[in-house]
Amino acid sequence: MTLGLLGQYVMNGVMLGMMYALVAVGFTLFFGVLDIIQFSHGDVLAFGAFVALAVWAALVKLGLVSPAIQLVLVVVVSALATAAVGALVARFVVLPLKGAPSLNVLLVTLMMGTVLREAIRLFYPGGSQPQRFPALLPTTGYDLGGFNLRLDNLILLAAGALLIAGTHLFITRTRLGLAIRAVAQDEETARTMGIDFRAVVLFTFGLGSALAAFAGAMDGLYYNEVYFGMGLLLGVIGFAAAIIGGLGNLYGAVIGGFLFAALQTIGAVALPFASAYKDVFAFAVVIALMAVRPTGLIGERASERV
Amino acid sequence: MNRWRGAAVAAALAVACAVYAWAFLRAESQQALAILVLVAVAAGAVATRTRVFDKVPPVPERLAQAFALVAVAGLCLALREDDFSLLLVARVLIVVLACLGLHIQLGHAGILNFAGASFFGVGGYTAAVLTRSTGLPHLLVLVAGGAMAVLIGTLIVVPVLRTRGHYAALITIAFALLFRTFLEVNDSLGGPQGLKLREIRIGPWRFNDPVELGPFAGSFYLNYLALLLVLLAIFWIVIQRLERSWIGIDLDAVRLDETAAATFGIEIARWKILAFTLGNFLAGVAGAVSAHMVGFIAPNNYSFGESLVLVSILLLGGVGNPWGVALASAIVVILPEKLQVLQEYRFLLYAGMVVLILIFRPVGLLPRRMRRLASSP
Repeated sequence: MTLGLLGQYVMNGVMLGMMYALVAVGFTLFFGVLDIIQFSHGDVLAFGAFVALAVWAALVKLGLVSPAIQLVLVVVVSALATAAVGALVARFVVLPLKGAPSLNVLLVTLMMGTVLREAIRLFYPGGSQPQRFPALLPTTGYDLGGFNLRLDNLILLAAGALLIAGTHLFITRTRLGLAIRAVAQDEETARTMGIDFRAVVLFTFGLGSALAAFAGAMDGLYYNEVYFGMGLLLGVIGFAAAIIGGLGNLYGAVIGGFLFAALQTIGAVALPFASAYKDVFAFAVVIALMAVRPTGLIGERASERV
Repeated sequence: MNRWRGAAVAAALAVACAVYAWAFLRAESQQALAILVLVAVAAGAVATRTRVFDKVPPVPERLAQAFALVAVAGLCLALREDDFSLLLVARVLIVVLACLGLHIQLGHAGILNFAGASFFGVGGYTAAVLTRSTGLPHLLVLVAGGAMAVLIGTLIVVPVLRTRGHYAALITIAFALLFRTFLEVNDSLGGPQGLKLREIRIGPWRFNDPVELGPFAGSFYLNYLALLLVLLAIFWIVIQRLERSWIGIDLDAVRLDETAAATFGIEIARWKILAFTLGNFLAGVAGAVSAHMVGFIAPNNYSFGESLVLVSILLLGGVGNPWGVALASAIVVILPEKLQVLQEYRFLLYAGMVVLILIFRPVGLLPRRMRRLASSP
């Protein structure tokens, strides 16, 4: 294998890892505040990608063709709309089931995801077919010894890294972040300290969903295609990443995301069987990892209290 | 006296259900179907409101099973020439069989299996491969389908046992996706196009020939229905026996509180493995029968979405009650096939329905009754 091809694979792996990490951060945030898994997160992501597409189509119809304005509007509107959907899911689906068995919460969010996914398929014009996503970023490339480093990929990576770092700073350095951490640590104590529990939960769901919307737009910009079912696999992978890392841990989510992408890349490049088996390999490794470390690499610190 | 009253009510209920199912399956116009749906909803609402069935003395389980069996058999005979309706009934029975497997896992041991359709698929593919390449008798092929599902299940049994809650959910979800991808990229199993397979043959009995017994003639689906009824009767009784035995009590203890169960000396791993294995076996057998009956299998039939449908049937019926599983299977299989408006929106409606049920009636349509350990007076 040439060095250039290897570079291409590594670049692709890093891009995937960034998307997975963005999704996994959402999962881990939700788990932090409510101790639940928001399984419709992947479909919230697909929703974000389709909102981005719809905004772009609307802008083209209105005659706004400057790519910079298009890009900003597409990302901002999609993030806001998706944050609203995430908060609505939290308000009307997740919070009413607070205190119910975790199985019920898991199922209700899974089914909510199906509702979103089917709604995109049925109600977006031509939604059952993959849709072309516009290239809004400059696609100039630099040739590095047979490996074409594209500017748009670099921008996406930088933006993703900035978002994750920003989320981390927000959680650790601001008052609202402090409130989120307080709720994550102990809901009742947080309430007695005067923190508005519901507002914090809704805000956290909005924040995580906005990150997912960005991941969705990133996916669309990278592959130039979006599909109503794209959220299913991305959601499960993001969930797997959050779990491998250890739920409720921001670093763990990022590590898990990149680890999963690395597994897929290794499965595609370095193993003797056909590259089509890369997902089979990655999921098999995840299952094996869970057998060895049942609560993830950075384990959840919990003991059974009777 | 009381016992006779209970039996009479149960018999009347079985007859009413059979007649209703017949009317529903034979109804042609969408208006008639809509009216029938409304009638069922109204009857259900009245029954829940007035608690009319709470006053009925309990019926022996064996009697109820016999009534149900006779009712379904009668329904099949009444529909004997109607291929499409019989196909629907057969599909309901297959889904009930597969869901009974999940019922043991979730309802008894508390293992949530998001790969039900995968184990169903293992059975189907095993049947396809075995009938294409060997001359194994077909009854053994069905057993082999279940055995293969058990074998594949043991691959993930260690992580399933070691993880809990959300972490455990990941294992079966990852497995479901892995399995589907594997089927799609594996060319020797037909890839995305899938495989064709033949009818079931037991000795001189060919399942795809129309039934002719003297003056009686009927659709070939009656063969499959007869087989399915026998299988269902066997497994239903096994499950009921299990539930009423000390094994069932142990399983309940494991599900409700693992720590407490362990302190009482109940070996958690053993019972979880038993439930997981038995459940996968049922799913595998159901998959093998289904593959033979349809004559064709493809990865699309065994996707994660299908697994979700199986889990939602369990939840809709009421986790832990096999009668609920049967009712929910009938609703979920037949309703969208008959009401054509629903066909396109099927998954949206299932999903929306489950969301609403979980928010407003989390126990399901027919919740499990409290176990009565003391012998009734």
